Amino acid sequence: MLKYFDAIRTLISVAIALVIAFLIIAMISEQPLETISIFLLGPISTTAQIGNVVEMSIPLMFTGLSVVLLFRSGLFNLGAEGLFYISGVIAAIIAIYASMNSFIHPVVAILGGSTVGALLSAIPGIMKAKWNAEVLVTSLMFNSILSGIGLYILNYHLRDAAAFANVSYKFQETARLANLIPGTRIHTGLILVLCCIVATHYFMYHTRWGYELRMTGSNRAFAEFSGIKTARVIITVHLIAGFLAGMGGAVEVLGMYSRFQWSSLPGYGLDGALVALLAKNNPLSVVGAALFLAYIRIGADQMSIMSDVPAELISIIQAIIILLISAEQFLKMWKNRQLLKEAEKLG
Amino acid sequence: MDSFWSVLFSTDFAFSVLRVTTPILLAALGALISNKAGIVNIGMEGTMLVGALTGVIVSAYTGSAWIGLLGAVMSGITLSAILAYFTLKIKTHIILGGIAINMFASGGTVFILYLVSGDKGTSTSLQSKVLPNLHIPLLQDIPLIGPILSGHNVLTYVSLLAVAGVYYMLKRTPLGLQIRSVGENPQAAQSVGISVAKIQFIALLLSGFFASLGGAFMSMGYLSLFSRDMTAGRGWIAIAAEALGGGSTIGTFVASLIFGATNAMANALQILNIPSELISTFPYVATVVGLLVYAMIESKRKKRKKGI
Amino acid sequence: MRRIPFNSIRPPSLGWRGAKGRTVMRQNVLEMRNITKVYQNGVTANRNVDFSLREGEIHALAGENGAGKSTLMKILFGMEAPSDGEIRLRGEGMRFQTPQDAIEKGIGMVHQHFMLVPSFTVAENMVLGMEPKRGLGIHYEEAVRMTQELSDKYQLTVDPRAKVESLSVGMKQKVEILKALLRGAKILILDEPTAVLTPQETEELFKQLLVLKQEGHTIVFISHKLKEVKAICDRITIMRSGTSAGVFDMADVTEQEISRLMVGRDVVLKYDKAESFYGPPVLDVQGLTYVNALDKKALNDIRLSIRTGEIVGIAGVEGNGQAELVKALTGGLGGRVKGSAKVNGSELISLDMRSIRELGISYVPEDRMSQGAAKEESISDNIISTRYRSRDWNKGLFLKGKSIVRLAEKLIEEFKVRCSGPAQPIGMLSGGNMQKVIVARECSTDPILLIAEQPTRGVDIGAAQLVHKKLLEMRDQNCAILLISADLNEIMELSDTLYVMYGGELVAAFDKPSEVTEEELGLYMLGLKKQQGEHTGRGVTSDAQVL
Repeated sequence: MLKYFDAIRTLISVAIALVIAFLIIAMISEQPLETISIFLLGPISTTAQIGNVVEMSIPLMFTGLSVVLLFRSGLFNLGAEGLFYISGVIAAIIAIYASMNSFIHPVVAILGGSTVGALLSAIPGIMKAKWNAEVLVTSLMFNSILSGIGLYILNYHLRDAAAFANVSYKFQETARLANLIPGTRIHTGLILVLCCIVATHYFMYHTRWGYELRMTGSNRAFAEFSGIKTARVIITVHLIAGFLAGMGGAVEVLGMYSRFQWSSLPGYGLDGALVALLAKNNPLSVVGAALFLAYIRIGADQMSIMSDVPAELISIIQAIIILLISAEQFLKMWKNRQLLKEAEKLG
Repeated sequence: MDSFWSVLFSTDFAFSVLRVTTPILLAALGALISNKAGIVNIGMEGTMLVGALTGVIVSAYTGSAWIGLLGAVMSGITLSAILAYFTLKIKTHIILGGIAINMFASGGTVFILYLVSGDKGTSTSLQSKVLPNLHIPLLQDIPLIGPILSGHNVLTYVSLLAVAGVYYMLKRTPLGLQIRSVGENPQAAQSVGISVAKIQFIALLLSGFFASLGGAFMSMGYLSLFSRDMTAGRGWIAIAAEALGGGSTIGTFVASLIFGATNAMANALQILNIPSELISTFPYVATVVGLLVYAMIESKRKKRKKGI
Repeated sequence: MRRIPFNSIRPPSLGWRGAKGRTVMRQNVLEMRNITKVYQNGVTANRNVDFSLREGEIHALAGENGAGKSTLMKILFGMEAPSDGEIRLRGEGMRFQTPQDAIEKGIGMVHQHFMLVPSFTVAENMVLGMEPKRGLGIHYEEAVRMTQELSDKYQLTVDPRAKVESLSVGMKQKVEILKALLRGAKILILDEPTAVLTPQETEELFKQLLVLKQEGHTIVFISHKLKEVKAICDRITIMRSGTSAGVFDMADVTEQEISRLMVGRDVVLKYDKAESFYGPPVLDVQGLTYVNALDKKALNDIRLSIRTGEIVGIAGVEGNGQAELVKALTGGLGGRVKGSAKVNGSELISLDMRSIRELGISYVPEDRMSQGAAKEESISDNIISTRYRSRDWNKGLFLKGKSIVRLAEKLIEEFKVRCSGPAQPIGMLSGGNMQKVIVARECSTDPILLIAEQPTRGVDIGAAQLVHKKLLEMRDQNCAILLISADLNEIMELSDTLYVMYGGELVAAFDKPSEVTEEELGLYMLGLKKQQGEHTGRGVTSDAQVL
């Protein structure tokens, strides 16, 4: 039983959040049952809706995976947000101004975005590894800095004056990611992110570097004691996490849009923290966590279109989930009882 | 160039610095108090937003700006109490708790705004009230200083008084002493019978109080309505200001002023063709550099002390 | 010497000469009777301990580490609840739930780690939690006055307006004592107060303690330093293995006798030890000296060598430089160590941990929770932490998962680790089983030198025996072993050569440790005796000199 404690706690947290959401719906909706059924079943009502869930889960998987690596190495870094955004800008620049064939172009654009993401991410990493600078605050500051720089690039260098809104020039057709499943907007980014997830899982549990990462995150003193150079581990983790977050931004921009149009941070970085939390810092579980989050978001969107309850209900659900899942004491009594049982069994 | 300097040295500019600084300063003082008690409240942005919305709704329904302000403050304190309950009682990670508060606020305010006004963008359909501007007799007649210091919103004066109040509270009152002791050496506080959790709870409530005042200023002073995400990162700037201010009241005040000035200067600098987007990043860059220097000094000091 | 059982200490009625009479023998102000403390993990820290204080005395509480002194005082100060027994203060039964309860009844404690807020002034620290008020604010001048007044009264000179972070350790201690006095402490517990002081500061402290005594305060003085105890205390309670080994008037007991009562073995373990065949020296330490941040010589000219197939034990009361010696040998002190330590000719001082391990050194750390293991990770992950870099366990970047699991399974069986398998997180094991995994890891990499620091602390007897047998087995396979332990049983039985460490120096060396008596060892451990001359010459017990 104890083995599944975390999973059970996650499920109970999610269930409580959903029940509260249903109660809110019941209070404000004219037809509560209908609204709830749209919320729950809307995302699987048509192929297009299922497609929406999957395509929305792609950026969530990228940032979720990035945050999993950071959290797993014991670092409280929320910088995925800014990296995701700035890498999208970089990919957009390459997509607009470079001309290549349709195979190389997205590859170069994505690699460009990811590389910039990795390099920028290394800065707070080095500050942490060398001087133990608080990574939380620096990463938050970086989000604001990168948002300002990205916006500047958009407004001064990419902006299409002929367009009706604050958006960039059109990307070259060659740069856009190919569609994967007709009838949906699911793009090849899905394959890429699934590969990244499997690779990260393999990296974390079957390679020396992944091993060093886990030991450093679990107990830095122990890692040092064993002869692991933890400062190097921390910088490496930042590089990889930045690379993944950056790749997410580039893939999202090239897969979903024909122009760059984020005039503020899109929020996927903080969502990544939620995904990592739901996935219990386990790379493979990121898939399920991101799909779940995308599912309830699409459900909420459907609900707001077809009923009288606005989609923003979702943020209340998310907030409750975070508060409960990360609560150490939540269901602790139950866990302790199980622990005792286990101990008795072992003798 | 000339026009730039003339803008920068105008009384209007100095006036607008104070105006723009107000919400940042209020929230930064809130962040300062919770940090002093050893807890990082990153939910400032969300708390401000909730305060801004509540102020508008309550003032619209009661017809009184003052009751609206009271409502805003109550909402901020309630939100902080929830955060405090989760983090101190059932041990939710404080940072994740802060993220939850922000997530709740960014969507939740729109959700509630829509329910109340039927609009997801702004609260134009609500007849909300605005807190008064104060023209201070005598002061307003002094040339140069009068136009800068007089005629501000009442909350701007509150924010300036709050600097003195927080300074006094932290330095000279039993509560302040206990807040600082809890943040610096919780064991020492405990050993003389101070309840660490209780003091941290109070500190979080105070941080929520100040953040919601900042929020109320946004919707009932700076503007006269609520619009979605209207705090636009001021909660984060406040956290940066506290960090740059090195955890002192005066430092936080000065840093907030600098951030307010950069903000106000953005317009003036556009005359020189320096883009406002880049200017807006200066405070953050300054904060990162400040933190880096601080960390370098600290790690050097630690190295020297290593191995007792 | 006459041993006085607790109950026969002159009863109050004999000592107390009526209402107007002089007090020849003062009354018991505090009595702790039959105190037993069993922790949740089953460890018994106190067993039927009796402890009493007479009004206005300085009472020493002495005992080895782990003898139960701290637990007893924590119970008295409301930090721990006793499992059994009673506390009577001036004849009245007490139940302290928190330190606050004890403070209110006039008990104060000065902890070894000071409970002060560094950025506050002395006066602010003094009044924290009980601030004098004027209006809304603190009446700071009143706080200063209160501090000054108390400071004058007890001749504990401090500057009320000075910031605590700028004070010397001795000054900080004075502030701590004043803090307790301000809160009305009549009984003052001082936990190893001289451990952090210079000799001058110690002397000053003693003068102040005598002033306090004259003012009618009762003082509990926890210490290992018998000379100090002898110099200042009226009575002494000696603790050993969680029980009281006796209460004495200081005048009736010699330092040697105290030492004998403090230091001893309970159960004598016996192992079949094969005869030793030493090879060439593996570790060669010369002139190792380390001055710590308090400007004390934590290590003073240490000379030591260990040969293949030899277990060298270092006995001593904790805090006499053993921890620093291990740190110096495992890269924990950086470049501030003087002298040399060579392993097979390679200098290891100023190397980092990885390079040290690459020389073939294994290390079982004292603190298994913070250094020895990553609690959330699996047993097999914990087992390979020191060897995953070797070609045997990886193919380039990738780890050889199957071989690792096989290794873990083999070690689990060999060390009889009770667990559900190699994938179980190590944090879920009991202390003894966790220690087995750590010892298994460190012993299974074919080290040429094994440093074992308190390898059986806090583990059950079964696990301890297994660890001991393994150490002997390693020795028979020609590993050189440095064993640091406060457990006399362990160190006397296992060591081929035994050193005693006191005050940062090796003060004695013995060739045949099993033939040394505990009494003798105690004299060295407590600094009452020191061997003269070239003690690295091993076993020069004959020219020992009583100080």
